[in-house]
Amino acid sequence: MSAPDTVLEVKDLKVHFPVLAGAVVRRQVGSVKAVDGVSFDVRRGETLGLVGESGCGKSTTGLAILKMIDITSGEVKFEGENISSYDRSRMRPIRRRMQMVYQDPFGSLNPRMKVSEIVGEPLEVHGMASDRAAYDARVASLLDMVGLLPDMADRYPHEFSGGQRQRIGIARALALDPALIICDEPVSALDVSIQAQVVNLFQELQERLGLTYIFIAHDLAVVRHISHRIAVMYLGRIVEIAPRGELYAKPLHPYTQALLAAIPIPDPEVEASRPQQIITGEVPSAMRPPPGCRFHTRCPKVMEVCRSVDPSMRDRGGGRAVACHLYDT
Amino acid sequence: MVAVAETVRSPRRRRLPASGMLSFVGRLFRDKPLGAFGFVVCVIFLFCGLFADILAPYGYNQISPLNRLKPPSAQFWLGTDNLGRDMLSRCLYGAQLSVIIGLSAAGLATAVSIFIGIVSGYLGGKLDMILQRFVDAWMSFPDLIILIVVVSVVGPGMGPVIVLLGLLYGIGGSRIIRGAVLSVRENAYVHAAQSTGATLPRILWKHILPNVMAPVIVLFTTRVGAVILAESGLAFLGLGVPPPAPTWGGMLSGSGRSYMYLAPWLALAPGLCITTVVYAINVFGDALRDLLDPRMRGSR
Repeated sequence: MSAPDTVLEVKDLKVHFPVLAGAVVRRQVGSVKAVDGVSFDVRRGETLGLVGESGCGKSTTGLAILKMIDITSGEVKFEGENISSYDRSRMRPIRRRMQMVYQDPFGSLNPRMKVSEIVGEPLEVHGMASDRAAYDARVASLLDMVGLLPDMADRYPHEFSGGQRQRIGIARALALDPALIICDEPVSALDVSIQAQVVNLFQELQERLGLTYIFIAHDLAVVRHISHRIAVMYLGRIVEIAPRGELYAKPLHPYTQALLAAIPIPDPEVEASRPQQIITGEVPSAMRPPPGCRFHTRCPKVMEVCRSVDPSMRDRGGGRAVACHLYDT
Repeated sequence: MVAVAETVRSPRRRRLPASGMLSFVGRLFRDKPLGAFGFVVCVIFLFCGLFADILAPYGYNQISPLNRLKPPSAQFWLGTDNLGRDMLSRCLYGAQLSVIIGLSAAGLATAVSIFIGIVSGYLGGKLDMILQRFVDAWMSFPDLIILIVVVSVVGPGMGPVIVLLGLLYGIGGSRIIRGAVLSVRENAYVHAAQSTGATLPRILWKHILPNVMAPVIVLFTTRVGAVILAESGLAFLGLGVPPPAPTWGGMLSGSGRSYMYLAPWLALAPGLCITTVVYAINVFGDALRDLLDPRMRGSR
């Protein structure tokens, strides 16, 4: 039984995409294991950062939670309700409680709709506005919430800057009063100066509305700023999960260590003098992940056991867990 | 209160919200002079078509044996044909038939294209596969063969010609719409609508269709010309709208072709009509496509 303040519980989530071959008769020759056994939970009002390099499955995890792609196996429990097997019609009421903010501020707004229609669409879809006046009032208050002016409602998306567009996308996500917002790289496409404003907006909204975020990103500085806890993903798995402070102060997994070491320090002397820990090689294919620990092909601290035995997530106390044989005791 | 420098700037002065249709025509004339020209020509031809009964000085089949093959004159502005029928009157009545056939067949074709294209492109999967193989098969037949076979079975006439040309061009054109849908449906805004729980009709109507309007309009305007020309081809084979009903294509390929050297006005008059209308519809369509796109507002 999950604690009442747990918004989302993901257990051993797997998303495999079939790989088909053959010109006439298509048969499955393998599968891309985009997400391969991911477990975590998110408490109400917290922000869970999900980091990892491109292709590690972080966006796929977000989409699977929203049930926008089929889950191969595993369990997704949202507000105590197991939604893993829900079909489209049973998902409809759930969708009111879970929303998404997208990476691309240009592609995520329909260029043919006015801002008021974009922000108000969720209201219309779920029949939340009783009449025109209520609808307009709600749209105006949503725009105000994200720092836009109410009279911007009559304009089209192309009249806005990237940062403003992202605010429109956030307003749309807020329209239904969701409990959980999955932010899929919401600031990656923005200028650095605008990034800070949007990240601050996310935080202000969280405080005001008690929102829960899953914040997917590859920018470790942004994630550090906004997240309470951070999960590091590598090749479809979570390799380490820890509260923000601990993770940045003392990363346990060699992959996390390498990631953090790759953040440049804005001081040329310190930067030049610190020990370099560069991981070499490419991310292995998600179709044929290496046996044992998935990171062993690139790990600087690889041991014999890593090549054959898959390390499981071990609780290290204090809310952190790591999947690495270095910590087998 | 969230107040950030980036967003708190005074809003740009906005255009006065004029009533839709009127402001649209206003923008057409201000921003798209060529499109406005096309629009005016289309209106004139529609007008001629609608009021041919009043405008035409003679009946379209009023034969005058004394005035055969007369060149243009004050009495017969566009001359007369081999049976002594007034070409101006025939062209005016022809506007009626050709415009009706052109618009309705092209309209039907576009509707068919949109339906197949959206269903096939958006739903994808097995359905897409089956539909597209059917379209492949259909397109691999020469148009004219299909036309001849079907018309000789059901018999010539305006109805069959419209339906047939509509289906013929509609199925082929669905490829273009499908391609556009394939690219539009991958946009994050479509995804956002899906994740909100929007229904399928809503997504198709509000998100897919408006964003494939550009190829739809171009498809429609090019089809109008194609249909008018195809009808003339059918008329030449005796499979179009049966004589003496005057269609431009029929005039061009009938007496126009036979007496081209003796009386060039017989070919010139309907030929110019076809060219002008097709050109006008095309430039008007292009202007329409630009004006309907909110991104083009305020730009030329």
